[in-house]
Amino acid sequence: MKQHKTNTELIAKSLKRRHRKQTRLKYYGLFSVLLGISFLLILLGSITLNGYTAFQQTVIKVNVKIDENHIFGDDGKVSQDVMYATNWDGLAKKAFRKVFPEVTDRFQQRKLSDLISANSGYEIQQMMIDDPSLVGKEIEIWVNASDDVDQFIKGRLNVEVPEDQRRINDMQLSWIQTLKEKNIIKKTFNTGFFTSADSREPESSGILGAILGSAMAMVVTMFLALPFAVMAAIYLEYFAKPGKLTDFIEVNINNLAAVPSIVFGLLGLAVFLNFFQLPRSAPLVGGMVLALMTLPTIIIASRAAIRAVPPSIRDAALGLGASKMQAAVDHVLPLASPGILTGTIIGMAQALGETAPLIMIGMVVFLVDIPTGFTDTATALPVQIYIWSDSAERAFYERSSLAIMFLVLFLIGMNLLAVLLRKKFEKKW
Amino acid sequence: MSDKIKIQVEDVNVFYGDIQALFDVTLDIKSKEITSLIGPSGCGKSTFLRCMNRMNDVIDGCRVEGKITIDGENIYDADKDPVLLRARVGMVFQKPNPFPKTIFENVAYGPKIHGLASNTSELREIVENSLEQAGLMDEVKDRLNDSATDLSGGQQQRICIARAIAVNPEIILMDEPCSALDPIATARVEELMGNLSNNYTIVIVTHSMQQAARVSTNTAFFHLGHLVEFNATKQIFTNPSDKRTEDYITGKVG
Ligand SMILES: Nc1ncnc2c1ncn2[C@@H]1O[C@H](COP(=O)(O)OP(=O)(O)O)[C@@H](O)[C@H]1O
Ligand SMILES: [Mg+2]
Repeated sequence: MKQHKTNTELIAKSLKRRHRKQTRLKYYGLFSVLLGISFLLILLGSITLNGYTAFQQTVIKVNVKIDENHIFGDDGKVSQDVMYATNWDGLAKKAFRKVFPEVTDRFQQRKLSDLISANSGYEIQQMMIDDPSLVGKEIEIWVNASDDVDQFIKGRLNVEVPEDQRRINDMQLSWIQTLKEKNIIKKTFNTGFFTSADSREPESSGILGAILGSAMAMVVTMFLALPFAVMAAIYLEYFAKPGKLTDFIEVNINNLAAVPSIVFGLLGLAVFLNFFQLPRSAPLVGGMVLALMTLPTIIIASRAAIRAVPPSIRDAALGLGASKMQAAVDHVLPLASPGILTGTIIGMAQALGETAPLIMIGMVVFLVDIPTGFTDTATALPVQIYIWSDSAERAFYERSSLAIMFLVLFLIGMNLLAVLLRKKFEKKW
Repeated sequence: MSDKIKIQVEDVNVFYGDIQALFDVTLDIKSKEITSLIGPSGCGKSTFLRCMNRMNDVIDGCRVEGKITIDGENIYDADKDPVLLRARVGMVFQKPNPFPKTIFENVAYGPKIHGLASNTSELREIVENSLEQAGLMDEVKDRLNDSATDLSGGQQQRICIARAIAVNPEIILMDEPCSALDPIATARVEELMGNLSNNYTIVIVTHSMQQAARVSTNTAFFHLGHLVEFNATKQIFTNPSDKRTEDYITGKVG
């Protein structure tokens, strides 16, 4: 009886200490979680702060009149030759300078022309080709401001520093002021960012080319990785006889999942490009390399999903006289498919964010054209971000932040889809 | 009731890896009768049952030695296809395991893969006929397209029986088919087995001695992998010849 009492006392004494310890651990855990979340928020916040301004683009109104002899050949039809011979840039700049007739000095004229995008001539040319009826008429067109003006209007250019240290001089500042007073400079939604590919001029660059490149690579990855992975998983789960060889394959699949992605890039370079002579920089090859990279992830997920299907389902089918393949395809795969899909989406999300292997196979290219096919030269979204963040112009920095926002958005979307799929198809049996 | 022998088992030994689970089992199973297998847990009843439709083939490391003939043909001969065998020897498992599909699809699956129906109306007939035989038609006729997993445990088990019947097997193996069912559902399944034994040879594993006594004509008692006694059920339960059988049925062991 006495013994019993002391035991209770001992436990009661130690209980206090144990509770304290638990409380302490709880707070450590909470602190770690909060720390992680706050870093994530800081990251997303800073990217958003840097990138949101790229949703807008500064434009300047210009009145131009394009003569017929800049467009039409002798036969009166739109002529490529004539158009190429035309100095569209000069026409654009001349038209813009009409706003400031008092500027006559050559040097000052050049500084003035620098306010509009160097690609303005191209924009005007496109407009004329799209609608030749505009030829000969006086039309007004909003052309992109140059990236420096754009950044200044968005308040991203510090003009407090001495004149020789900034990219816009005092004279240009006064011209911009005039433009503002005349109401012919404004910020609009940056449509070009979503409809064009890369450009030397930040104000004309966009992510459509990179998004299409990524999308095409993803399609290739999906169509290669998913069927191969599912077949491999079925084989390993249903047909492989346990033994040294199967163990070896298993271990290596797990190892493969841990191989740094750049190694897959090297493999792609050596095998797909150098040996099979497939086109460089193409989404086809990018997708193949990413498929190799995702394959182990999807195999592992598929095997887990197949194994999670109760064996009683398989036995039921086998007991009826179904072959192993029939049992797998008719009954096990449908039940495993949510798990397989989830694994696939997560693998694809990984692949979407990959940069290194794509650089290895040459998908890091400066590309003004939007890719239209799987063998076209193309770049990918993360590679585009890499290219832009490496550029000197501040305006590219802004755009790379916006591109990151989209990449993150795609990734969140894919992971969300995986979660939803899992929720929806979670089945009881 | 004929005295024709359907399954002949001779000197069957089964190994899981290096561990032997069955020792020299020899017995004859009569056609269109119910034979029950009883014995304490782990004595090899399920293992023996799985020998007769070669479901042991699916288990890694499982090896079967000896001879099992059905209608005089050794099912373990090299040229025998286990897939064909399993169409002739249906199986009902311990835990009801309907496919997570509709009732119709569950019963139709077997006939479909074996090409037993040449069109949908024939398939429908087979399905309805099987459900009828399983005594389930009245309960489910209005919801053939509902999920089979939504049914009660007893109904699910009878779906599994209907599914096995739909392939029109000669033999039905049942591994403790009532262990997951309540007494009322059990009674229904037992009644069903009685009816089915007019057309099918049935081998049932059961841990309930009352069940064995109620439904079966012959009973085999297994102990630690050995077939201890095989005789008419009445004989086994009233006058067992082996001490171990007597201990088991009087509840001293197991
Ligand atoms: N898949 C298996 N792998 C290894 N050993 C098994 C396996 N299945 C059964 N056994 C062993 O074989 C013996 C007989 O099992 P089983 O046939 O399931 O007995 P029962 O159905 O009579 O309870 C047991 O000792 C069990 O441990
Ligand atoms: Mg058993």
